[in-house]
Amino acid sequence: MTTTTEISLGKTAVQYSEGRRILKVFFGRKLAVIGLVIIVLLIITAIAAPWLAPYNPYTTDVAHRLQSPSTQHLLGTDSIGRDILSRVIYGARTSLLVGLGAVGLATLVGQALGLIAGYFGGLVHHIIMRLIDALMAIPMILIAMILASVLGGGIRNVILALAVGMVSGHCRMMCAQVLSVKQNDYILAGRAVGMSNLRLMLSEIMPNAYSPLFIVITIGLGAAILAEASLSYLGIGIPITIPSWGGMVNDGQKYLFTNPIIAFAPGVAIMLTVFGFNMMGDGLRDALDPRLRGVI
Amino acid sequence: MTAYIVRRLLMGLLVLLLVSILIFLFMRLLPGDPLYLFIDPTSVSQLTHEARQALMHQYGLDKSLPAQYFSWIGGVLHGDLGVSSSTNGESVNKVIASRIPTTFYLGTLAFVFGSVVGITLGTVCALRRGKWIDTVLTVIANIGITLPSFFAGILLIYIFTYKLGWLRPPLGYVSPFTNFGVNIRQIIMPVFVLSIFPIASLTRQSRSSMLEVIQQDYIRTAWAKGLRERLIVTRHVLKNGLIPVVTTMGLQVSLIFGGSVIVETVFNIPGMGRLMRDAVFGSDYQVAQAGVLIIAAVIVLANILVDISYGWFDPRIRYG
Repeated sequence: MTTTTEISLGKTAVQYSEGRRILKVFFGRKLAVIGLVIIVLLIITAIAAPWLAPYNPYTTDVAHRLQSPSTQHLLGTDSIGRDILSRVIYGARTSLLVGLGAVGLATLVGQALGLIAGYFGGLVHHIIMRLIDALMAIPMILIAMILASVLGGGIRNVILALAVGMVSGHCRMMCAQVLSVKQNDYILAGRAVGMSNLRLMLSEIMPNAYSPLFIVITIGLGAAILAEASLSYLGIGIPITIPSWGGMVNDGQKYLFTNPIIAFAPGVAIMLTVFGFNMMGDGLRDALDPRLRGVI
Repeated sequence: MTAYIVRRLLMGLLVLLLVSILIFLFMRLLPGDPLYLFIDPTSVSQLTHEARQALMHQYGLDKSLPAQYFSWIGGVLHGDLGVSSSTNGESVNKVIASRIPTTFYLGTLAFVFGSVVGITLGTVCALRRGKWIDTVLTVIANIGITLPSFFAGILLIYIFTYKLGWLRPPLGYVSPFTNFGVNIRQIIMPVFVLSIFPIASLTRQSRSSMLEVIQQDYIRTAWAKGLRERLIVTRHVLKNGLIPVVTTMGLQVSLIFGGSVIVETVFNIPGMGRLMRDAVFGSDYQVAQAGVLIIAAVIVLANILVDISYGWFDPRIRYG
């Protein structure tokens, strides 16, 4: 990434460090920058939730339930008098935690499986990829729903359930990458000098297959947060006491015509977050596009 | 060609076999009494020891895991999907048969509407690249892929039913054969919500794929020989640009089934998606595992059809 490349294109010789080129392309895209800003704000919100939230998100106050937005409660209160703004702020924690956990786990397992399938090929490839085909034949939300229900809710099990639903995409991507990287002569050279399979996989193939996966992770975060929200909306994911945006929308739907803000506030939060990750992912994809390497 | 189709079908069967094993194993992760898989937990707790043993024997739970799997899958292959634990011992076949037409109806409409609109918008974007219509549609498509379907549904209900007072039918679902007028008013919003994601992702996908085609030499040749734009678009751009789009369309089938779980819950429509949600929510695992198998079968079949249709779009592809 930090090596300086020098490529002459026709008459002009352009010299750019790879890192600077990536930044230049990324920051040249308005939507990518907007995405980045949203994500940075989201992360700050999640970390600083205890200081940002005006109220405790768990404290119920039945005397002041279903209040409209006011100076005391900027976004009003929900059906048992909890402050909506505080719950939206704490919801960022739940979303990010579940998203990072699920994508992290799915990437790790998916990549490992894809690496093994692509590297060894043959029967191993067939067995792993047919299992992945089977997982892909079930809608992701159904896998997550069933696993979350069987394992019992809770943040840890939701992460696990979503990860199983997302493994297939990461595995396929990695496998395709490995199959192409494997063809390179330096792999043959590595084998000739007696490198072990594991060492070849981890130190030669992995780094060269990595960059598109970086994009998959960013976009995967958006998808994982969306899926977590859907599960919580269906009432199958995160326990209802823990602030989660999907659960809040579900709760607010009952009061849609009288207090629409209860459903709208967390709904907008989900949209902004997923939009942020997707736009950032698109920007990264353009910035890391190997076809553009060496040019602007 | 026939050999290819046969091979794809066999491969599809293998995938379905693996789906059945996966879903069977997922179900066995259930902690607590294995009888929970067949009977709802409150009834299990009231059983006497003898009755419990009898039931364990009846459901084959005293046998080994492989034996249990084969007895389940054997039943499935004979067309017996088991007995629902929540609806007074109704057969799963009956429950699913009563729900699946509704989801097919909504899903097919959403698939066709989403494909036509998505591909049209994507092509318009590509042909008018950089113009205001391209910018506007691309931003809308980017919002479309981020909009959670449950939130989209709630927004539509709020705007159209509450604020504008249109589409104010009795909530829920009436079969089109019972009352076509009411049915149409009831399904407009759900079908639209189901098709938002297909529209948005197909717009993005077909835009970039058409853009690639437009830069090809044969398109320039077509312009140069004075072909009309309509012919260039339909005969050359669309036919070549659709090949990668068809792959995306195959994925939409799975997404529409997934989306139906949410949309049918938001709009209170008794279809397959709502059934799956209720089965999972109410621990009716016999319905849940049979439902997954049926849905997976439809998705596998749809993807085989997509693969076969490649040949129509791209005659260069030989089925070897």
